[in-house]
Amino acid sequence: MIAEIGAFAAALALALSLAQGIFGLRASRRDSRAEATAAIAQAAAALCVIAFACLIAVFVQSDFSVAVVAANSHVDKPLIYKIAGAWGNHEGSMLLWCTVSALFGAILASTRGGQDLGLWSRTVGVQGLVTAGALIYTLFMSPPFARLDPAPMIGSGLNPLLQDPALVAHPPLLYLGYVGLSVPFSLAIAALISGRADQAWARALRPWTLAAWTFLTIGIAIGSYWAYYELGWGGWWFWDPVENASFMPWLVAAALVHSAIVTERRGSLASWTILLAILGFGLAILGTFLVRSGVLTSVHAFAVDPTRGIAMLVLLFVALTIGFGMYAWRAPKLAQPSGFAAVSRESMLVWNNFGLAIAAGVVLIGTLYPLIVEAAGGGLISVGPPFFNATVAPLLGVLFLLLPLGPMLTWRVGDMRAALKKLAPAAALAVLTLVAALALSQWRAVPAIGLGLGVWLIAGGLIYVWTRVQRGEGRLAAKLALLPLAVWSMSLAHIGAGVLTIGAIAETSFRSERAVALRPGEGVAFAGGRVTLLEVGQIEGPNYSANRANFRVDLPGSSRLLSAERRFFPTSPMPTTEVGILGRIDGDLYVALGDAVRDTPGAWSIRLYHNPLVYLIFLGALMMALGGVLSLIALGRRRKVMA
Amino acid sequence: MNVAALLIALVAPAVLADPAEEARARSLDAEIRCVQCENEPIAQSTADIAVDMRRLVRERIAAGDSDAEIRAYFRDRYGDFVLFRPPWDARTWALWLAPVGLPAVGLFVIFAGRRRGSAAALTPEESER
Repeated sequence: MIAEIGAFAAALALALSLAQGIFGLRASRRDSRAEATAAIAQAAAALCVIAFACLIAVFVQSDFSVAVVAANSHVDKPLIYKIAGAWGNHEGSMLLWCTVSALFGAILASTRGGQDLGLWSRTVGVQGLVTAGALIYTLFMSPPFARLDPAPMIGSGLNPLLQDPALVAHPPLLYLGYVGLSVPFSLAIAALISGRADQAWARALRPWTLAAWTFLTIGIAIGSYWAYYELGWGGWWFWDPVENASFMPWLVAAALVHSAIVTERRGSLASWTILLAILGFGLAILGTFLVRSGVLTSVHAFAVDPTRGIAMLVLLFVALTIGFGMYAWRAPKLAQPSGFAAVSRESMLVWNNFGLAIAAGVVLIGTLYPLIVEAAGGGLISVGPPFFNATVAPLLGVLFLLLPLGPMLTWRVGDMRAALKKLAPAAALAVLTLVAALALSQWRAVPAIGLGLGVWLIAGGLIYVWTRVQRGEGRLAAKLALLPLAVWSMSLAHIGAGVLTIGAIAETSFRSERAVALRPGEGVAFAGGRVTLLEVGQIEGPNYSANRANFRVDLPGSSRLLSAERRFFPTSPMPTTEVGILGRIDGDLYVALGDAVRDTPGAWSIRLYHNPLVYLIFLGALMMALGGVLSLIALGRRRKVMA
Repeated sequence: MNVAALLIALVAPAVLADPAEEARARSLDAEIRCVQCENEPIAQSTADIAVDMRRLVRERIAAGDSDAEIRAYFRDRYGDFVLFRPPWDARTWALWLAPVGLPAVGLFVIFAGRRRGSAAALTPEESER
């Protein structure tokens, strides 16, 4: 019964979303229609929430007569994973996509602010069509509430790799980010229809872009950390197609966050901002397609379903055709921007956008290239980390080299010499780091440059905060308290990029690893300490059994216990690893338990890793996300002041 | 596992004695795809075949092969797919040139657009600064 209610609610939501689209697009001249549009958008969102709640309910009940539950859940699963199982599969995650899109439509509908009525109702209308497109795809190509007859007794279980707290947060956050980019898309299309993209429009765009970017940042960071501790080899980024699929919209969203500032503050770059908004959503759909279709070999191969890929491509094609078509037709009619000099805040933001867009383009080409070669009859090739590290990393390096200059320059016409003078201490510190790293690493250039850049970003960000503090009056505490939130948010995000850079470079360039075979009682020297295997025992989890190894790690002056597991799920042929991680200031000591060694009785194969400063990667990402959150708060405050 | 791979697994060392050679082996391990897991390089895969492939890398290094020769060796055995580093040939030059070509096109667009006259909107004093 619950499943039927869900299916009915989803179908009704589709009808209402279509109505939202039609009313919204035609509401420009009549207030009553605009009001109706808003009410419809809210009803559609409520129905989507009901449908998704029904899906969670059938998962919690373990109602195996519903096909999705039977294929992805199991009676023995802990409750939290039954709930998360609702979005840990194709159908459920698509319904989540629709629900988020409808919710954003409802929020759009209830926050008109100072926007032009026509522009606003068209935005709500386009968002309704986006939701409708996603619902059509979901209900017809991957119905989440389809029944099974006869119903199985226990269900086949979730992929054990997915049974992890990160499953609860990682997919929904990424979807909030992906779908969040549908709102800038709707705003862009509405602006093209209306023939105007003014500063009020950019003001409406900014919070949505920031929110989408922040969600993507947190979602990607959690996914990266998940891979780091779950896959058992300490990898946190592998330029895997699906990682790239989330990185491309992230890069474009980052560009959009910056270009929207220029459009709002100065009225320039409006047409470029619109193009980015269209591209961002296109890449978000492409991302969903790459994850869901499995056309590319990837660690996310658990989500594959090639038959549905075509329909997803059709959606992508429709969205991009409408987007680019409207852009080509209407963008030339937008108002001409006001000017700026070659040295100014605007021009630095143009270079920022240039770098981020080029990086996104290179990632896109690299990700899709194997498909192109295969389609052209060139056979199977791989485009992996060696390509991306050699191309995207230097591009981002150049971007980071310019980054600290941006905030130091004023709008319209800036003074480069004064900016460079203020940043001189940061540059000196960066060069010092570079030289020291060169000397200490036996003249390895890449890590030295990377560390130097990281220091440059951090020191440059701090100097910017300091120059802003100096402008205030009174005691230091008073000056700090008076500093606008926007200064903190921007600096935090930029410094976070520096922190992440240092972590990433330290981890990739200076990690050490060792594979050993140990019998209980034996130890091995590693990373300045000694790791001893104490014992290996059998334990029983709620729906798995595991080998559990206990270790003692002796470090100068301290001794710590650590355990690692290898879990066997009856529902899956592949065991999973639960690594032991000892976090220290210099980085993580990371221990993974393997199989019993074939030819040495009683010995276990064990891998030890030392990942220097790896925590800075996740700390940096968190700082960037926090910068996004603070910036959202700052925008909210300003809106209140203006209202 | 075929007989040759079995023999290699028995004779070849798991770790090379020379740290420089072992470092070379590690970086090659990271570039070669495990043919069983397909999502992981052999450096990380725990599959038996990956263990054998790692030994194979070390055997080739011990035999004096260069990195390029070792890549070619794996490509001949398992196809292009096994190497995460795409080769440079008629199929891939467009890929390798993209990171240079894209910025070039972008720069052209930016400067062409600028010359069309957004700078004209500055006042004379502003232009002087």
